[in-house]
Amino acid sequence: MEFSIFSVISAVLYLLLGPFIGGLLAGIDRKITARMQGRFGPPILQPFYDVGKLLEKEAVTVNKGQDFYVMACLIFMIITGTLFFFGENLLLVIFMLTTSALFLVIGAFSSASPYSQIGAERELLQMMSYEPMVLLMAVGLYMVNGTFRVSEIVSHGPLSLKLLIGIFIGYLFILTIKFRKSPFDLSLSHHAHQELVAGLKTEFSGRTLAALEVAHWYENVFLLGFLFLFFANGTWYMAVIGVVVCLIAYFLEIFIDNVYARMKWQFTLKSSWLVTLVFGGVNVLMLYFLKAFSLIGN
Amino acid sequence: MTSIITILILILFPFLISLILLVAKTDALRGPVVYIGAAVTAAAAIFFAAISFGKEPAALVAGGRISEIISYAMMGIEALLALLIIWLGIKYKKYLASILALLQCPLLLWFELKHGHDVEVSHNLVVDNFSVIMVLIIGIIGTLICVYAVSYMKDFRHHHADVQDRSPFFFFLMFAFLSAMFGIVLSNNLVWMYFFWEITTLCSFFLIGYTKTPEAIKNSFRALIMNLLGGLAFVIAIVVLGYFAKILELDFLIKNGVGDTSGLVIIVVTLLCFAGITKAAQMPFNSWLLGAMVAPTPTSALLHSSTMVKAGVFLIVKLSPLLGVGSILDISPGFMVVMVGAITFLLASFSAVSQSNAKRVLAYSTIANLGLIIACAGLGTPEGAWAAIMLILFHAVTKSLLFLSVGTAEHNIGSRDIEDMDGLFGRLPRLATLMIIGIAAMFLAPFGMLISKWAALQSFVDDSNVWAILLICFGSAVTLFYWGKWLGKLSGIVANRQNTQDRIHRGEWFALGCHAFLVIAISLGFPFISDKVLLPYLSGVFGGGLTQEQSLALSSDNMFILVVLVALIIVLPLMFYGRTRKRIVPLYMAGANEGDNLTFRGAMDRDVPVSLRNWYMEGIFKEKLMNKIGIITTCIIFAMSLTYIASLVTYFIKMAGGEA
Amino acid sequence: MSYITKSPWVIHYDGSSCNGCDIEVLACLTPMYDVERFGIINTGNPKHADVFLVTGSINEQNISVVKQIYEQMPEPKVVVAIGICATSGGVFRECYNIKGGVDTVIPVDVYVPGCAARPEAIIDGVVKGLGVLAEKKAAMKEKAIAVLDTEAEAPAPEPPIEIQVYGSTEPREHGGAHDASTPGKGEA
Repeated sequence: MEFSIFSVISAVLYLLLGPFIGGLLAGIDRKITARMQGRFGPPILQPFYDVGKLLEKEAVTVNKGQDFYVMACLIFMIITGTLFFFGENLLLVIFMLTTSALFLVIGAFSSASPYSQIGAERELLQMMSYEPMVLLMAVGLYMVNGTFRVSEIVSHGPLSLKLLIGIFIGYLFILTIKFRKSPFDLSLSHHAHQELVAGLKTEFSGRTLAALEVAHWYENVFLLGFLFLFFANGTWYMAVIGVVVCLIAYFLEIFIDNVYARMKWQFTLKSSWLVTLVFGGVNVLMLYFLKAFSLIGN
Repeated sequence: MTSIITILILILFPFLISLILLVAKTDALRGPVVYIGAAVTAAAAIFFAAISFGKEPAALVAGGRISEIISYAMMGIEALLALLIIWLGIKYKKYLASILALLQCPLLLWFELKHGHDVEVSHNLVVDNFSVIMVLIIGIIGTLICVYAVSYMKDFRHHHADVQDRSPFFFFLMFAFLSAMFGIVLSNNLVWMYFFWEITTLCSFFLIGYTKTPEAIKNSFRALIMNLLGGLAFVIAIVVLGYFAKILELDFLIKNGVGDTSGLVIIVVTLLCFAGITKAAQMPFNSWLLGAMVAPTPTSALLHSSTMVKAGVFLIVKLSPLLGVGSILDISPGFMVVMVGAITFLLASFSAVSQSNAKRVLAYSTIANLGLIIACAGLGTPEGAWAAIMLILFHAVTKSLLFLSVGTAEHNIGSRDIEDMDGLFGRLPRLATLMIIGIAAMFLAPFGMLISKWAALQSFVDDSNVWAILLICFGSAVTLFYWGKWLGKLSGIVANRQNTQDRIHRGEWFALGCHAFLVIAISLGFPFISDKVLLPYLSGVFGGGLTQEQSLALSSDNMFILVVLVALIIVLPLMFYGRTRKRIVPLYMAGANEGDNLTFRGAMDRDVPVSLRNWYMEGIFKEKLMNKIGIITTCIIFAMSLTYIASLVTYFIKMAGGEA
Repeated sequence: MSYITKSPWVIHYDGSSCNGCDIEVLACLTPMYDVERFGIINTGNPKHADVFLVTGSINEQNISVVKQIYEQMPEPKVVVAIGICATSGGVFRECYNIKGGVDTVIPVDVYVPGCAARPEAIIDGVVKGLGVLAEKKAAMKEKAIAVLDTEAEAPAPEPPIEIQVYGSTEPREHGGAHDASTPGKGEA
């Protein structure tokens, strides 16, 4: 195992700063959303106040198992993100991300509550919708960079975006699902959609809900990290461009969130698979032909 | 010499036990015989593994007088079995079975009597690390299933009083099956392998038809016909290989076949792979494995995990060095195997989504995973074969655990429907935990199946197999869905349910516990298995000098991380699960439930029971449609292979004509 | 400092009413009033909520529902009765099925009269409720410390529920000040 100073620093930074950046992004999200709706909006630090308050609330639970699952979700999310920023294998990171998300789903299922259950089923559906694209993204990055190791892709891979435009678009599409934005915010809701109450997180309260929020912050930061991989080629200016594009993408997701209503689950599944096939599949196929006719290296 | 004796024990001892069981008519007698038989067989398998691991592949039983006698004996038995099939086919008016038996048996007899002497076979049995792994799977998982069956069949008779009790015959078949499986994985002589191959076909036929209901008979004949079709391909392969190339040894075929572009090897490999595909229940032959559900659960566990379908994938993985996909337009046998496997993986996973019968979900998952295994083997790369063997190992243990726990649940809650397993965690906590371990191990990182899936995906990417990559990406996403919802169903904690787990027999607990232990142990110990067992084997068959980093998808530091994560995922629940001291409050049901979670107040002030149902999405993942698509696409692929072979044959004929 | 006043999440329940106050509660969420400025979110879920907004009066059918929702809110929590029906039963008060205001079932911390209560009044009522919330939080802390200090001793007495009277800016027929000590019956 190679330990480079850079990987260790970025992993530690993620561990320490991840929730702050994630929380800040969430605060900015709420502010921008409010402004788009012609409202003044909450303070930027509002997400931190919310979590602070949740930590102060009385601790109740619906059964003895639920808290464990949510804590496991948080722990595995942190492990996943740390592995990613440490520069580990991309597929490992993706699989661990799934494990973390699944703990959350099981936590919701375990309460045997109608609202949680619908949220959990929908969350599973969302996972099924985005998973192929996430896997294809890893495949595409591997075909271009010749490695699944994040540290190598970042430090001396070629500029992946050039050959992975289709996969990039596809990933942006499913990022809407992952960020739980309209039109794909099926499994739980931030806004006034209340036909599922709070969906997945209906039965979580107090500290458990706070843990879930923090897990989301960690997750969002590292999902943007995936986006960064498309730009990383070891130079500082591309790194800057990468970070800027991540922020633009985040803004784009907020914008989409505000201009769309929530769609049916059928649309989520069909559209994301179609996008995966058309953009991801064609991109991978194209890469294959480029390789077969030795138009690109490795 | 010890190896030979151990092999003899492995093949003959289970058969001896099965004969004893055929005459043991009472439970009191049967129990001890099964336990002793299982213990000795498992011990022999472990002993055999201990003396064979780490050694060069050893060729055993030289040719000569004895093996010739054995060959003749096998021929005799084969002829008798063929007569039996013909008779049964006529009796039940399933003439296709009779015709198939009528075709293959005389063909083999003609070949062996007329030309068998021309071919010199020096190694009838060969031991390598892969066959040792298979011996361990059969010897441990198979015998545990037999132990489980003792308790299960008592309950089965109780629950199915209308079915005629044929327990002696049932246990005879179980042990005969194990014996034949040992034969398959140790044979090097293709004729011998075919003999054991046909015995497993026949055993599964009788096991599926155990209850003798019209449905059971129909399904058993379907299984028989499909497997006889594969058997026919096997016989033709033997005849072609023996007649034209004067080879009957598998290791010789593999060694000389690598790099051989002459059409003969391609024809033989295609036929053998076809036989493997029928046995492994790939599309379009998947219906026989689904039909096998009518049999008692130990049968399903045996067919799905350690025997029968594993024989099919065993053969294909063995042939892996001869397979491989060149370009995107290649239609070699490797292409056939990869595509049939990948398509089956995708469509079987799709079909599993719409199933609520636990055994059908397991069956589709088996078919899907076998598809993945043969697709990996079809790549013809060492890392593909690594993934395939790891999948075989993990799948055998995990699937057996799941089948057995579903069987136990069925006897205790009276249903095998996943919807009825609502809150099983409250009613049968220990069984639910075992089932959860099994399900988690099937699809969740960092457990075994996912490790292999990871390796599989990487092999496909390394091989630039674009179509297969797409199929596998979508297939694994769906896998996540159907396992996830089942897991959710089990983990639901519904208060005030009666705990009924005391009714489960000790024998069943023993078998289930051993399985769960093995699942975890293999997940923790797989780097060791990879290093000490698989690498030497792969170096041997794929041309030596492979190092871990070159040949495998998973580097050693990744394996290290995975093992740490497995440990973490086991330790976390042990330390924290259920330790909360928070106040427990009722669920939120819009305020309509009063203090308990089982009912809410509905219209007219009536108490309405709460019931939760999973999603099956029949509108999108239609089982029938998926099967139809599977049959059409796989048949197209077979047709492509057939044209390829036909063109090779015409080429030969032309060549032969030219020479003359 | 307590975060509880910076992030009060509300749940809104409507008993027997004409829906007028409901609409006004939802109006608070619109860009015109934008209660999210104060970190207020309408959660629709008692398990996440800190403030229970009840509009409409209590009838025989919803007694258990209101109780259940109240009990499912984790401490600290406040109840704000919005509109004259919620405070006293309003025009429905004498109906055969009406029990009266919300305080006949659960303790109410803030009364916001009006028919319908105006959004400004509702916001003001919630903000008043935040003061109660902060006090309750402080009491919870003291209680926890007290329990830690003297394990065996009986828990500290519940803090008295503060009943605030809030008059809307423009009194209407049901508006105006109530007598804080005798809310509800005997007044209409």
